[in-house]
Amino acid sequence: MAANDYKFKEVDKIIFGMISPQEVEKSSAVKVVTAELYDKEGYPVDGGLMDIRLGVIDPGLRCKTCGSKLKECIGHFGHIEVARPVVHVSYAGKVYEILKATCRECNRILVDEETASKYRTLHGRFKKERNFEYLRKLAKLAIGKAKLAKKCPHCNAKQITIKVEKPTTFMEGDKRISPIEVRARLAKIQEKDLELLGFDPVQARPEWMILTLLPIPPVTMRPSITLETGERSEDDLTHKLGDIVRINQRLFENINAGAPEIIVEDLWDLLQYHVTTYFDNTIAQVPPARHRSGQALKTLTERIKSKEGRFRHNLAGKRVNFAARTVISPDPKIEFNEVGIPQSVAMELTVPEKVTEWNKEWLLSLVKNGPKEYPGANYVIAPDGKKRKITKETQEQLLLEIKEGYIVERQLHDGDIALFNRQPSLHRMSIMCHKIKVLPGRSFRLNPSVCNPYNADFDGDEMNLHIPQTEEARAEAEILMQVQTQIMSPKNGYNVIGCVEDSVTGNYLLSKKLTISREDAVELLTSMGIFDAKFDKEMVKGSELFSRLFPEDFFFYGTAKQKDEAGVETFLTIKKGKIISGYIDDSSIGENNGELIREFYRKYGQDRTLVLLGNLFKLGIKVLAKYGFTTSIADTDIPEEAIEKIDELIANAYKDVDALVKEYEAGRLEELPGKTRRETLEVKSLEILNKIRNKVGNLAAQYADENTPTIIMARSGAKGNILNFTQMSACVGQQALGGQRIQRGYKNRTLSLFKQGDLGPIAHGFVRSSFKKGLTPVEFFFHAMTGRDALMDTALRTPKSGYLYRRLANALQDLKIEYDGTVRNARKGIVQFKYGDDGIDVSKSEGGKISVKKAIIDVVGQ
Amino acid sequence: MPKTIKIQDHILVPKHVLLTKEEAQALFSKYNITPSQMPMISAKDPAIKELNAEVGDVIKVLRNSQTEKDAVFFRIVKAD
Repeated sequence: MAANDYKFKEVDKIIFGMISPQEVEKSSAVKVVTAELYDKEGYPVDGGLMDIRLGVIDPGLRCKTCGSKLKECIGHFGHIEVARPVVHVSYAGKVYEILKATCRECNRILVDEETASKYRTLHGRFKKERNFEYLRKLAKLAIGKAKLAKKCPHCNAKQITIKVEKPTTFMEGDKRISPIEVRARLAKIQEKDLELLGFDPVQARPEWMILTLLPIPPVTMRPSITLETGERSEDDLTHKLGDIVRINQRLFENINAGAPEIIVEDLWDLLQYHVTTYFDNTIAQVPPARHRSGQALKTLTERIKSKEGRFRHNLAGKRVNFAARTVISPDPKIEFNEVGIPQSVAMELTVPEKVTEWNKEWLLSLVKNGPKEYPGANYVIAPDGKKRKITKETQEQLLLEIKEGYIVERQLHDGDIALFNRQPSLHRMSIMCHKIKVLPGRSFRLNPSVCNPYNADFDGDEMNLHIPQTEEARAEAEILMQVQTQIMSPKNGYNVIGCVEDSVTGNYLLSKKLTISREDAVELLTSMGIFDAKFDKEMVKGSELFSRLFPEDFFFYGTAKQKDEAGVETFLTIKKGKIISGYIDDSSIGENNGELIREFYRKYGQDRTLVLLGNLFKLGIKVLAKYGFTTSIADTDIPEEAIEKIDELIANAYKDVDALVKEYEAGRLEELPGKTRRETLEVKSLEILNKIRNKVGNLAAQYADENTPTIIMARSGAKGNILNFTQMSACVGQQALGGQRIQRGYKNRTLSLFKQGDLGPIAHGFVRSSFKKGLTPVEFFFHAMTGRDALMDTALRTPKSGYLYRRLANALQDLKIEYDGTVRNARKGIVQFKYGDDGIDVSKSEGGKISVKKAIIDVVGQ
Repeated sequence: MPKTIKIQDHILVPKHVLLTKEEAQALFSKYNITPSQMPMISAKDPAIKELNAEVGDVIKVLRNSQTEKDAVFFRIVKAD
């Protein structure tokens, strides 16, 4: 069918209702009467479940209803006439409600006429207003009220409590109401009462909830599979329908033969079971119907429901072509907006390229290489739309045939546009546009600096790559999604991309400590692509190199306190592109709140910021590569003097705790408000022991050699902090479980080697040793306890918070800031009159706030 | 006898002001909305007890804000 044969119609309205038996019969192509599927020749039986009037699934056959072939015929419904009515499980709850709300004798709603007419007027009004929310509430109210009636206000008949025996049996007192009886009662309810019960009698009569005719879905939605052995394997639905038809026939025969009521009822219940599981095979009270292998059948409800169901799996989740997925690994030598892809991937993914006068020769050379040789091409599309694969056989013909107007699907090469993505895609930086760089190996390569926006690491993460196929898509990706457009996070206006790890350390060293030879300086600059560097001194201060990176009109005043070589407090100041004071560290060029990056971005825009970031990154790692940088255990050595002081500090703390314990034991310890004496002791001793680690930390930091790599990394903000240093060099500190000292273990003691009732620091998880010195077995055990606790905590929290976020994102997904500054939902209802109640565009703010100081500097000048 | 306190006097309760019909109308036309598109407040909300507000009235709420002088918000009184 050509495109212009389609007829377009606009949807005017959608009505939801229930299907009536009349409608089932009207839309039915076949009345199914036999459970047999195929005859001896393997041809579908007439009146069977695979009847070719229900649609065709075999090639070559024609549908008897519409005359179309396979794929053209979408299938037709059939029906079964059930021998005795059965309850539709999904409506059982509703049926129960209605039965309870109506009289068992006169079938009127169980509210008096006065209230009913009041409800009726309300109903009329809400219906006119199309206020469906209130209509629903009204029905709920009416039913709730009617349920409680003991006597019918209309005919005075006494009502007997109705109960359900889950899922489909109704009991009145201790007598069972058969579906026939239920159906009869429902059928007798008047239309004016139905309205109050929440029904629209035209679209949904309650008796339709009890099935007399069962629609049979077309074979196209339950196709059978032919196995290699030639054996046919039927769909789960067909199996289930087969069961229904079989039992139904038996029931018919038994009724006609005048079988005893017990046998008929047994069969009837069996039919009810089969129809129930046909609709839903996961009902708690009903044993699921199974295959011969013991595997539960997947029936109608399971096809639609949950993650693997039609909605979330097939409709909301689509799979696409021109995509690749593999493990990621770092490559600090590629640019931020590049992605390294394996050649094998480059040869599989293609870009359609139109043959023109100017690229014909080149494209022909690609076609000549074919799909097997790297830069090649995989398909050729002729102007008539015919797509042909390039193979050894077709190659020669194609080479002769290709002229302008043909489209060649060529393999990827460097510089092609690609979208790169890592799940979960929680924010817009989770999908960014990168330029392809074909590299050897089998993994995707990305610059470690873009790990942060993707939240990626290299412990086995995989990422997806998509190749846009049209010019529009490529333009959009390049302009809106390239890495440089995403440097600033829309959530707080901070940069999500910055220098990481070694590059921070390198820049810190270069700007603070290093003085290098002229040759080295030129070499460093050359590595960033600056070839015209000139220095007229023999020795160059590292900080001078940065003037070649910043433009001459760049001014920057850092706000993070720093200490220079002499220990004097300064701030990073850049004037006319030169570093005047301070040095570069994590707070200026790091990820999130790198002040310098933010300032540069504001003044010079995204493209130049990306270049600067790339240069700083390259410079940083080059510095480390050139001058060497290795952490060692010796870094954590602290002088004898410091060790003595630390020993003294800890000894004092022990004494303090002992004093507390003595006070407690003597009963002199004063309780804190709301705490018992024991709890007070715990709180106070935990406080002392926690404090001690800070004190020890300060001391250790004071004595630490500022020129050791460990301290340099901590000070520059590249990796680690002083607490880590303290734990390695001096003392690991108190281990806490759930905000308390370690309490669990044996009776009145944590481990059997302590005395019962020992309240001292060591018995409750204080780790006095440092990691370097090594932990005692007891300390090690306590440390392992808190370690395991932390591990469990993260392992349990991640999926919880992930689901919480998913729910939040789904709830808020169609909120939008309108042009009048209001935040509105999908029905244009106002959620906020001003975004965030202050109207600030956070993506252009600093942490959600506007810096007045910066605004003044901008206007007034320096 | 228990001392009665005005909930409006509490520092954590934002100021609630009743708008006149004209002001409310102006608000609707400013944002081009119908009353059903407004955020709602229950007629029984303690904060508006003393305002004698009727269903359909519009309440202006002035909240403290760290980033602005007053964060202004409007709610329509809804029957409960």
